[in-house]
Amino acid sequence: MKFDQWNGFKSGDWQSEINVRDFIQHNYTPYEGNEDFLEKPSPKTQKLWEKVLELYKKEHDAPGGVLDIDTKTVSTVSAHEAGYIDKDLETIVGLQTDAPLKRAIMPFGGIRIVEKSCEAYGRKVDEEVENIFHNYRKTHNDGVFDVYTPDIRAARSSHLITGLPDGYGRGRIIGDYRRVALYGIDCLIEQKNQELEILDVDDLTENIVREREEIREQIKALNALKIMASKYGFDISKPASNAKEAVQWLYFGYLAAIKDQNGAAMSIGRNTTFLDIYFERDLQNGTLTEAEAQEIMDHFVMKLRLVRFLRTPEYNELFSGDPVWVTESIGGMGIDGRTLVTKNSYRLLHSLENLGPAPEPNLTILWSTRLPENFKKYVTGLSIKTSSLQYENDDLMRITLGDDYAIACCVSPMKIGKQMQFFGARANLAKTLLYAINGGRDEVSGKQVTPKYQPILSEYLDYDEVMEKFDQMMEYVAKIYIKALNAIHYMHDKYSYEAIEMALHDKDIIRTMACGIAGLSVVADSLSAIKYAKVKVIRNDDGLAVDYEVEGDFPKYGNDDDRVDQIAVDIVKKFLIKLQKHQTYRNSKHTLSILTITSNVVYGKATGNTPDGRNAGEPFGPGANPLHGRDANGALAVMNTIAKLPFTNAEDGISYTFSITPNTLGKTQEQRVENLVNMLDGYFKQTGHHINVNVFDRKLLEDAMEHPEKYPQLTIRVSGYAVHFTKLTREQQLDVINRTIHERI
Amino acid sequence: MDKEDLKYYAKVHSIESFGTVDGPGIRFVLFLQGCHLQCKYCHNRDTWDMNGGSYQSLDEIYEKILKYKNYICPNGGVTVTGGEPLLQIHFLISLFKKLKDSGIHTCIDTSGMVAITKNVEELLSLTDLVLLDIKHIDNEKCKELVGVGNTLELKFAKYLSDHNIPIWIRQVLVPGLTDDKEDLLKLKDFISTLKTVQKVELLPYHNMGSYKWKKLGNVYSLENTPPATPEDIERAKKILKI
Repeated sequence: MKFDQWNGFKSGDWQSEINVRDFIQHNYTPYEGNEDFLEKPSPKTQKLWEKVLELYKKEHDAPGGVLDIDTKTVSTVSAHEAGYIDKDLETIVGLQTDAPLKRAIMPFGGIRIVEKSCEAYGRKVDEEVENIFHNYRKTHNDGVFDVYTPDIRAARSSHLITGLPDGYGRGRIIGDYRRVALYGIDCLIEQKNQELEILDVDDLTENIVREREEIREQIKALNALKIMASKYGFDISKPASNAKEAVQWLYFGYLAAIKDQNGAAMSIGRNTTFLDIYFERDLQNGTLTEAEAQEIMDHFVMKLRLVRFLRTPEYNELFSGDPVWVTESIGGMGIDGRTLVTKNSYRLLHSLENLGPAPEPNLTILWSTRLPENFKKYVTGLSIKTSSLQYENDDLMRITLGDDYAIACCVSPMKIGKQMQFFGARANLAKTLLYAINGGRDEVSGKQVTPKYQPILSEYLDYDEVMEKFDQMMEYVAKIYIKALNAIHYMHDKYSYEAIEMALHDKDIIRTMACGIAGLSVVADSLSAIKYAKVKVIRNDDGLAVDYEVEGDFPKYGNDDDRVDQIAVDIVKKFLIKLQKHQTYRNSKHTLSILTITSNVVYGKATGNTPDGRNAGEPFGPGANPLHGRDANGALAVMNTIAKLPFTNAEDGISYTFSITPNTLGKTQEQRVENLVNMLDGYFKQTGHHINVNVFDRKLLEDAMEHPEKYPQLTIRVSGYAVHFTKLTREQQLDVINRTIHERI
Repeated sequence: MDKEDLKYYAKVHSIESFGTVDGPGIRFVLFLQGCHLQCKYCHNRDTWDMNGGSYQSLDEIYEKILKYKNYICPNGGVTVTGGEPLLQIHFLISLFKKLKDSGIHTCIDTSGMVAITKNVEELLSLTDLVLLDIKHIDNEKCKELVGVGNTLELKFAKYLSDHNIPIWIRQVLVPGLTDDKEDLLKLKDFISTLKTVQKVELLPYHNMGSYKWKKLGNVYSLENTPPATPEDIERAKKILKI
C-alpha cells in the first residue's frame, strides 16, 4: 500500500498490513512537559458551545429529558440525512440523526422497547415501521424470548440475575476507529475481501458460513459508512491527509457505530496519541497552529457530548443519567518504556477546562507509576477541580493486554480491534446467599425459584453448613447465568449484528463471556458475621428466613482485614470456576467483573434483609466498594481491601468509587495534588485495578439536590462512569450523598 | 509476652490510614489511648481514659503500617497522636526504632507536657518531626484551659530547638480563649526564639466533637463558644505574621 497522505510518516509493517499499533510506535512523540502550551477556547468554540448549552437546556426542559425523536427512520449507518448544530461554526461534523439531540429508533434490538420508549416521552412509532418489525422482521429481543427456558425466566424475574442485555443492545465492543483515518475505507474493504478468500474452503461448515456472512455484512457496512460521509461532503475512501481530516474520519467511524447500535456502552477507544501524530506533522509543516489544534479537539469533544440513545425509563433506573460510555482511554506506557502520553492527551483533557466539566466522553486515565510527573500532576489537578476522571492500572493491564488496549464501558479492558466482549451484566450473589439459606425460595416473594432443596433449619447459622449450601446455590446460578448469556449473544449476533464495529476488527478475535457479580461486600460481611459473630435467624409463619439478628462484632470488608477480605477473594475465584464449567457461545472466554454502575440501588431494593445486618431494600455498595459506613480505618484501608481482589479472576474490571472532601485531601491545592498522586501510585502498586475519584463537599451535593438549576454542569463519578448529578433520580442522589465521603473532623 | 509489657504493647484508640493534615505527605495516623490533660475544646474526648481502647502488639501495629508503605513512603510517613502519645513512651521507642530501620518518616503530635527524661531523649532522637501543640502561651490561662500550666511544654520546645529537631507549632484558635492579641504576640515572640520551627499552623476550633463528651456523660463547657471562622483565622495569622 502506498498513499500520498502518508508522506512524512516513518515506514513500517503498518504499510503492508492493517496494524495501527505499529504505525503509532514508529511515529508518535512522547510528551513529558507540562500543560503550559495549551490554548484557550477559540471564539468559534465558545459560540458553538453556547449553542450546545442552549440545546442542553431545551432538552432538560423537555418531557423526560428527551428533546426529539425521529420516529420514522429506522436508524442505520447511512439512513439519516446530514445534520448540523451550526454548519458555519463546526470544525468537525456529523450527528446521529438530522438534528442535534434528536434521538433515533433502532428496532433491530427489539420493537417493543422502541415503542415503549417513544410512549414514555409522549411519541408514537411510525405505523409502517411497526408493521415491518411486528410482521416481517424478527428482532434480537424476539429471538431471545423464543428460546429462554423456564429456569432462566424465573431467575430473571426474581432478580437473581439482572440487567441482562436481552432487551437492549449489548454494546461493549470498540471498533478500531483509527483504521478509518489511517487507511481509508477502500483499503479496509480490500482487507475484508482477502479475509473472504481465506474463508473459501472445501467444507462450508456452520461456522464458516456464519463467518462468511458476517464479513459480507461488514463490507456492506463499510460501503454505507462511505455514503454517510459523502452526505457531509467528504470522500473517505482514501486515508486522511491532515489532522483535521484524521479526527473527522475517525469520528465518522464512531458515528457509524452509534447510528447502527444502541449499545449499553459505546466506547470509542484510545485515540489521542494516534491523532497526535497527525497534529505533530501539521504543526511541523506549519499548516496548523496550536490554537487550531485545540479547536479541532474541542469540537470533537462537543460531538461526543451530544451522543444520545432512546431508552426506556426502566433502563434509566438501572443506569441513571443517560450514560452512553463514550469511554476514551488516555496515557499509559508503551512496552518499550516510553510513555504514550502526548500533547494531544493534554488537549483532550483540556476540554474539561475549555468547555467545563461533563460526564462524556468518559475520560479514563491509564495510570502507571512511571507516567511523567507533569502529566500525573495535571490529571490529578483536573480530578480535584472537576471530579470527571477515572483511573485504571496500566501497569497491571499491560501484562496481559500489551500497550494498545482500551477500556470499554467503565472498567473492561480489551485489545483494540482484536477483542470483543459478550456483555453479561451481573448475578446478585447476596440474593444467592439468601436462597442458599431458604432452599431456593425467594426471601421477598416466598416463591420457589430454584429447584427445591433442604433449607437451613437451625436457629443460629453455622458457617460450614451455610458455605456448603451457598456453594451449591452458586453452582446453580452459574449454570442458569451462562445459559441465559448463550441465548442472548446467539440472538444478538443473528438479529442485531454490529457489522460496522466488527468491520473495524481483525478476522480472528478474542471473545469474552463477561459475567459479573453484584453484592460482593454484602456476601463477604454476611459470611464474616456468621463465622466470627453469632447470627440468629428470624423466620416468618411460613418458615421463610426473613431477618437476622447479629450478636457480637465481626471483621468487616473494607478495613484491610484478611479474615473477611479473604472471604471476598475466595468467592470471586469460586464463582469464576463455577462459570467455567459451562460451555459458552462461540467458545468465548469466561471472565468476571465486579462493578454495578448505579444499579447497586436497584439490586439492593430487590434483596431482603441479609445476615450482615443490612436491611431489606437498602442499596448494596457500588462495585467493589464496602457497604456505606462499614469502613472504619480510612480510605487507604478500603483501597488495600479492594486491591486484594484478583484481577486475573476478574479481568473485566473491579470498580472502586472514592469520594473525599477537598480539606481532607490536603490543605492547599498543591498538597492535594501531591497526596492524590501518591495515593494513586500506592493503590496501583498494591495492584488495585480501577478508581473513580470524586472531590467534593457533602453540602455542595445537598444544595445541588435542592437547586438543580444552579448546577447544570456538576459532574460526579459513580461506579464506572460520570454523570450530571442533577440527572440522577432522587433515590440515587441520596445514595451518593450517604455513601462514605472520606472526611476528617 | 504480657500485655503489661509496655515495650511491646500499646493501648490504641484507632487508626486512620489516610491522614493528610498531620505532617507532610500521606500519613498513617496512630491514635493512642489516654491523655493526662483536660483540654476544654478536645474533639477526641473518648481518647482520655487510660482504661479505654484496645491492646495491640508492636508487631501487629508495625505489620499494619508496612501494608501502607506504598502510599506513605514517597514523602509521607507515620504520625502518632492521641490522646497524648508520650504517655506510652516505651512502646513508641520500640516502634520508632523499627520504623527508622525501615526508612519510614516518624512524627509525634504532642502537647509536650512532659519532663525531658532519658526515655524522652531517646524517643526524640528517633523522631523526624514533632507537631507541638502549644496550648496557651500564658501560664495561668493555660492552666484554666487544659488543667496544667505551660512550663513543661515550653521547655520541651526549647529542647527540640536545641537538639535540632524539626517542629511544626500548632495552636487551636478558640474565640475568646486563645485569640487575644497580646497572647498571640507573646506566642510569636516565643516562636521566634526557636531555631527549628518549619511551620506554624492555627487549627480553627470547631464543636463537632462535642457529641463525644455527651455520649460519655460529660458536660461540654464550650457549648456557647462559636467555632473559629476563616476571618478569625486570618486575623490571628496577621498578628502572628504567618
